[in-house]
Amino acid sequence: MKVKQISVFLENTTGRLAEVTKTIAKAGINLRAISIADTADFGILRIILDKPDEGMKVLKDADFTAKQTDVIGIILDDQPGGLMKVMDIFNRDGVNIEYLYSSLINEKGSVVIIFKVEDIDHGLEIVEKAGLEAIASF
Amino acid sequence: MIYNKAIESMNLAQMQELQLERLKELVKRVYEKVPFYKKKFDRAGVKPENIQTLADISKLPFTTKGEMRETFPYGLLACSLDDVIEIHTSSGTTGTPVVAGYTENDRTLWSEVMARCLAMAGADKTDTLQNAYGYGLFTGGLGVHHGAGPLGTTIIPISSGNTQKQLQYMQDFKSTVLTCTPSYSLFMAEVANEMGLDFRDFDLKAGIFGAEPWSDNMRVEIEKKLNLKAYDIYGLTEIIGPGVSCECEEQNGLHINEDFFYPEIIDAETGEVLPEGEKGELVFTTLSREGTPLIRYRTRDITWLFRDNCSCGRTTVKMHRLLGRNDDMLIIKGVNVFPSQIENILMKIENTEPHYQIIIDRESTQLDNVELQVEVEENFFSDETKDLEIIRRKIHNEMKQQLGISLNIKLVEPKSIARSMGKARRVIDKRDLPKAGGK
Repeated sequence: MKVKQISVFLENTTGRLAEVTKTIAKAGINLRAISIADTADFGILRIILDKPDEGMKVLKDADFTAKQTDVIGIILDDQPGGLMKVMDIFNRDGVNIEYLYSSLINEKGSVVIIFKVEDIDHGLEIVEKAGLEAIASF
Repeated sequence: MIYNKAIESMNLAQMQELQLERLKELVKRVYEKVPFYKKKFDRAGVKPENIQTLADISKLPFTTKGEMRETFPYGLLACSLDDVIEIHTSSGTTGTPVVAGYTENDRTLWSEVMARCLAMAGADKTDTLQNAYGYGLFTGGLGVHHGAGPLGTTIIPISSGNTQKQLQYMQDFKSTVLTCTPSYSLFMAEVANEMGLDFRDFDLKAGIFGAEPWSDNMRVEIEKKLNLKAYDIYGLTEIIGPGVSCECEEQNGLHINEDFFYPEIIDAETGEVLPEGEKGELVFTTLSREGTPLIRYRTRDITWLFRDNCSCGRTTVKMHRLLGRNDDMLIIKGVNVFPSQIENILMKIENTEPHYQIIIDRESTQLDNVELQVEVEENFFSDETKDLEIIRRKIHNEMKQQLGISLNIKLVEPKSIARSMGKARRVIDKRDLPKAGGK
């Protein structure tokens, strides 16, 4: 299953990230994963929310440049070699990873890692074939 | 429709005869009535009777904006103040304003030339014209207003600003012609988009845009977004206001109302008159003005003149769309750059909106540092930094290739560059440089 990630364009100025978190918080939306890709001048905030469509709406209403992208959240064992297992499979089957980051989900010895891969349908197929589980929603 | 066919389609010999007759009368009048001109003509050793042909105009000294400021407020008045019925000033963003005084005949002249311009853009009595140029001392609002009268066009004198109301009235009154600055038209498009309005549902057919230089690419953008045909109009307070020249349906050069405004192109360095077709500074002599007539006024605008067999039937001389202004011209790292060039390049790069600002600073090393801020639009934003870096590099490379200088490209959040209701502030120059043109 694919999950919806929201990316937000941020200038590298004080307070912009605070504005985003405030906008989401005010709408009662919970963050499930967060990461930032940054350059000298700007950053791209990537977040996963429990209510992605509502989140997208409040961010746009607040005049942020925001975009939805499909990503895969893979459930892994929280133990040595957990991530390695996915990497091995992806490597073997030629799944190209654009970026990955970890979510805030950690329960019953499992964690969820967010993957953006070049070809998401192919990526999902590989994940399922390997008997791994992709999270359906947060 | 040609508003004044007798004049606008006149053959060249007749036109030149008319111009010469008016020029002689003008030179005599200002020599007698305006001490400022008498002193200048005497210093140049030229008398009114020395003007026998149109080419003799080159014997007369130029008038500059600096001189207009020095003679503030009434030093250039060629008539009694009692005969002045209207006063306008330039926007005055660069210092002391310049003053234009209009007699009743001047205002009739203004109505005439503006009516010709509106007609060039296809306006007639069946049209409803929404005039979103600012009303007041700025000539834009009232100039267009004066021109609508003789045409019988219904005018909505809404002035600039209050964009949501503009869009509402545009629908309520079914406006067919819009007049405003080109940058304000794009701002309207943006607001309409936010309000969920579609210009295809509107009745607009023509937009007459001026008061700031704009590029051909910006025209394409405006025509697409506002679903109308965009005409370039030119004018300046010193000469009359809007109405000096305008594009016809060919959108290829602006027909100058040359029976009233005699144009010359000069070499900005030497002051030498250049032949038709050569690029240089535009100079005007107001052949019939009574209030504040001007002799060989240096506009600082860069363009060239040409005559073609225009399919519209007008024979008046054309000026190419402005290539920039002498005093708009930026000298960056020794290279001459017009902001309109930057705009042109930017718009050719796919998906880049014309919301930009140029910030120039001189570092302690005396090297110019130029930052070009470009707003990141939804349609090219990506969740990956590399995609945005590719766009940034592309803008940088295009600028470098076409302008020959390296600019720092900074991607900024949408709407972070201040929007303007009037002239867009495209350049912020923080360098401490001597200003050209006596400013």
